[in-house]
Amino acid sequence: MAIREHRLVFKHIDALGYTRDIDCYLKHGGYEMLKKGFAMGGAAIREEVKKSQLRGRGGAGFPTGTKWSFIDPAKVTKPIYLICNADESEPGTFKDRQIIYKDPHQLIEGMILSCFANGVKLAYLYIRCEFTEGWKILEKALGEARSHGFLGKNILKSGYDLEIHVHRGAGAYICGEETGLIESLEGKRAYPRIKPPYFPAVLGLYMCPTIVNNVETLCNVKHIVEMGGEAYAKIGRPNNTGTRLLCVSGDVVKPGYYEFPCGALTMGELIHDVCGGIRNGGKLKAVIPGGSSAKVLRAGETYKIKEKGPDGNLVEKEVKLEDLRMDFDTLASAGSMAGSGGVIVMDQTRDMVECLANISTFYAHESCGQCTPCREGVLWMKKILARIAEGHGREDDPNMLKEVADRIAGRTICAFGEAASWPVQSFIGKFKEEFSLRIRRNGTAAKRDTVSLTH
Amino acid sequence: MNPWNHDVAKDEKDLVDVQIDGVWMQMPRGLNVVEVAHRAKKFLPHYCYHPKLSVVGNCRMCLFEMGTPKMGPDRKPVLGADGKPEIAWMPRPQIGCATGITPGMGIRTDSALVKDCRNGVMEFLLINHPLDCPICDQAGECKLQEFSVEYGTGASRFTENKVKKPKNVDLGERIVLDDERCILCSRCVRFSSEITQDNVLGFVNRGSHSTLTAYPGKSFDNDYSLNTVDICPVGALTSKDFRFQMRVWFLKETKSLCTSCGTGCNTMIGSREGKVYRLTPRENESVNSHWMCDHGRLNFHYLESKERLTRPLLKAAGEQFPGTWVDAIARAAEGLQKVKPAEIAIVASGRLTNEELFVLKRLAGELGVSQVDTVPHLGQGDKFLRSADGNPNGRGAELLGLSSGGRVLSGWAAAILSGKIKALLVLGGENLISAGIPASTLAKLEVLIYSGILSNETSRLAQVVLPGSGFAEKTGSMVNVHGRLQRMTRAISAPGEAREDWMILRDLRMALTGGNSLHSVEDIWKSMATEVPQFQGLNWAKIGDLGIQIESSAKADEAKLA
Ligand SMILES: Cc1cc2nc3c(=O)[nH]c(=O)nc-3n(C[C@H](O)[C@H](O)[C@H](O)COP(=O)(O)O)c2cc1C
Ligand code: SF4
Ligand code: SF4
Ligand code: SF4
Ligand code: FES
Repeated sequence: MAIREHRLVFKHIDALGYTRDIDCYLKHGGYEMLKKGFAMGGAAIREEVKKSQLRGRGGAGFPTGTKWSFIDPAKVTKPIYLICNADESEPGTFKDRQIIYKDPHQLIEGMILSCFANGVKLAYLYIRCEFTEGWKILEKALGEARSHGFLGKNILKSGYDLEIHVHRGAGAYICGEETGLIESLEGKRAYPRIKPPYFPAVLGLYMCPTIVNNVETLCNVKHIVEMGGEAYAKIGRPNNTGTRLLCVSGDVVKPGYYEFPCGALTMGELIHDVCGGIRNGGKLKAVIPGGSSAKVLRAGETYKIKEKGPDGNLVEKEVKLEDLRMDFDTLASAGSMAGSGGVIVMDQTRDMVECLANISTFYAHESCGQCTPCREGVLWMKKILARIAEGHGREDDPNMLKEVADRIAGRTICAFGEAASWPVQSFIGKFKEEFSLRIRRNGTAAKRDTVSLTH
Repeated sequence: MNPWNHDVAKDEKDLVDVQIDGVWMQMPRGLNVVEVAHRAKKFLPHYCYHPKLSVVGNCRMCLFEMGTPKMGPDRKPVLGADGKPEIAWMPRPQIGCATGITPGMGIRTDSALVKDCRNGVMEFLLINHPLDCPICDQAGECKLQEFSVEYGTGASRFTENKVKKPKNVDLGERIVLDDERCILCSRCVRFSSEITQDNVLGFVNRGSHSTLTAYPGKSFDNDYSLNTVDICPVGALTSKDFRFQMRVWFLKETKSLCTSCGTGCNTMIGSREGKVYRLTPRENESVNSHWMCDHGRLNFHYLESKERLTRPLLKAAGEQFPGTWVDAIARAAEGLQKVKPAEIAIVASGRLTNEELFVLKRLAGELGVSQVDTVPHLGQGDKFLRSADGNPNGRGAELLGLSSGGRVLSGWAAAILSGKIKALLVLGGENLISAGIPASTLAKLEVLIYSGILSNETSRLAQVVLPGSGFAEKTGSMVNVHGRLQRMTRAISAPGEAREDWMILRDLRMALTGGNSLHSVEDIWKSMATEVPQFQGLNWAKIGDLGIQIESSAKADEAKLA
């Protein structure tokens, strides 16, 4: 294999003999960075995070240093909260749970450092409700950290106090959207808030400044403190720094989770070299590169991407799907996104109508129902797709689906509107002939009853 | 009263330049785009936004195209040929309800994108809507109907099965919910939690299946619940009292006041062919904002009570018989003339208008009657609108010098027994028995004249009964407990031969003293404005639809305590 994994966050995941208890963590140098970080001071940590160019791993890829800079702990008079988003529910994504289940103290150390850096005295770890075991693991780990003096009053005699509470999610995908999460944490329905005015950095949890970061993002903070922002930024590529956890699922020989420097490998390398190629000797048909809401990319097509040349200027290149670099900027310029790192690979046996109908069923089930276009439009799209899948499609359905999606994306309260529309826009955009064919064959082609008309 | 007042600018004089549909104008800084568009005589349609509720931005009907001043390399706005900033338009539409204006902002309320946004929202709102307008009470004042005509396409492309939801849900004592009609704007939810602090409504289920409901084991019946029927943009919430009674487009609307307590909430009477069908609050920020209590709202059915007096009654041989107005007025005058003025007491009423009370004052003055008072009606107030003072015009009666708030009246039972009071003129339908004068005492009177709209224990003892008018049947003014003078206008005429009270008093006065200078409300005002210090300089027109503060609220309170 030409490309080797670079395990930073996943260093100890699945390592022989490594256990999730604090003794094992301490034996491996655990909580040493706490001492270093406390000695550096909060402002210095924030500076290093900025230098590291770390981008959020929750989906949007927003620069963490910038996010933190919206809050100045020296000026804010209200309490500042930090929330670790461990709701991981984007289909195709299964990285955060590895950390929670197998190396919880790494997350806790990253959280404590991030809290310290931002003057946070009370933090929450919002964990997906279905992770029952993970919840117990976190509670136990927090207890261990507490009894070792890493949490609570006067941590390591630094005078700094911090408490972290675990909060179990409410069993809905939308609880992962940061403002929905905040509402849920406050004990309400996870209805995302309008932004403006309710930017978490200004009016977050209990209307106080709040930082919401993904599990993986917070773990990276520990490594940034360890190696310094500049050294961290050398991993990966400019503006796409550090490592990235990739969760590969679908029609590959070796699905699983991997960690690579951001952009160090291409889609083709990931699928063929790392994951052993398409299973059963099949052919690559399409990839969803960043969780189910990312736009699907079709094999055999070329993508115009803009990349920084050696002279620093942007140059446009045409590349094949397999040659797309697995980083934020490349996938964005190819019209999709790196998202949550969930890479879903589809081979030539996959029926795109079924795939999209399946994805749409998920979104129709998960729309929180707060705002009109998403609430009504997403179920409508699902119903049309189910009808096509069941052999009752009409010629105009693909156009109508696209028009419905176009009237949702960009017009809703939260990014769920896009998350639900992008698959429809891209599947129909890239595989229109498959939808048309299915509709032309209709009746007789109503093969599998995989999607029901109602839910 | 309201935690939010989005329609009120922080500072009306702090203006910023904004461009609305190509025209630059000045508007107060920070005001939201829905309000700014409204002031610019443009309309941004909206469902969930209400100026007095928190902004949630869920309907997405108010999407507009927004721009900000284009910045040059020097970080200064680039100016166009007209010297105004050039605008960089954002590709994403924004919601007007949650966007405050800033200097140089560009607003498009009518572009192709905006039209497509509205059209989309309308299509989405209608796909799962039952479209049962023919049997819906909201028809005629439904924003869904209205906006779909204005901004929709007419035809629906939706051919799938609609989502089924509960219909005919009993939310509480007074409200029925049709969940299929609900557009989930959450106005009702926000009203109940933010305005009345009564958290009983919420949504269950997700997506298209989202359903409004009352919390398990709770029912929605606080005393302000019916306001949600007003603010519900569709026919999801209906008033049990009003539903199926009358199509709203047949209703005549008349500006009036609620007379069920001393607050005097401003109302609109909805009537048709001499019958009142509903009362709704009429916006007045100095009194009741957009709201009124359920008690006051529903307190009009007595106008059609079986006890309603529709003809003058005269007592003969111990029994009351219908008679003519001429005979009744003559009998009343005759009775009052039989005794000395010092032996007459008058029960004026805090339910009468200032105009009626003024004619009464003239009458008392000319007759030389000095014993006049009103019956206090102490009820249950609350922290919101409802006043504990059940008299709608107790303050007016005080200002006219016709009331001591019941202190004088409290001595009358003894005075009747001792023979000091021989005649009693009772107005405003007051029941003296519940006011503390037993029937046996009243029986000692030589003369008892009663005017009111309903018969009661007191009326049944009277020698003459003069049928008067209810609040919807009269025009006049009242002063509320906070010292605000307000007008009410007649919506319907009194039933049968019942008459407006000021006319009854005018005729009685003519018969008794020959005084006949007051022929109309305007006439009354001419005199009243010179005689009552607080009314000085005022006339009917000046009071206006929203009333006038004639004394400070504190002063009115003080007077009440004294
Ligand atoms: C519908 C929706 C679901 C989301 N679910 C998650 C999630 O499960 N986990 C997560 O970390 N971020 C999720 N996000 C992104 C969060 O809103 C937020 O951007 C993220 O937690 C920020 O962390 P980061 O800056 O570290 O990436 C979701 C966003 C949307 C719109
Ligand atoms: S876009 Fe969908 S998920 Fe987001 S607030 Fe609106 S209805 Fe809820
Ligand atoms: S019942 Fe009416 S006010 Fe309440 S959420 Fe539904 S549409 Fe809005
Ligand atoms: S508060 Fe008083 S005036 Fe207002 S509606 Fe209720 S009873 Fe009528
Ligand atoms: S009025 Fe509903 S979103 Fe603005």
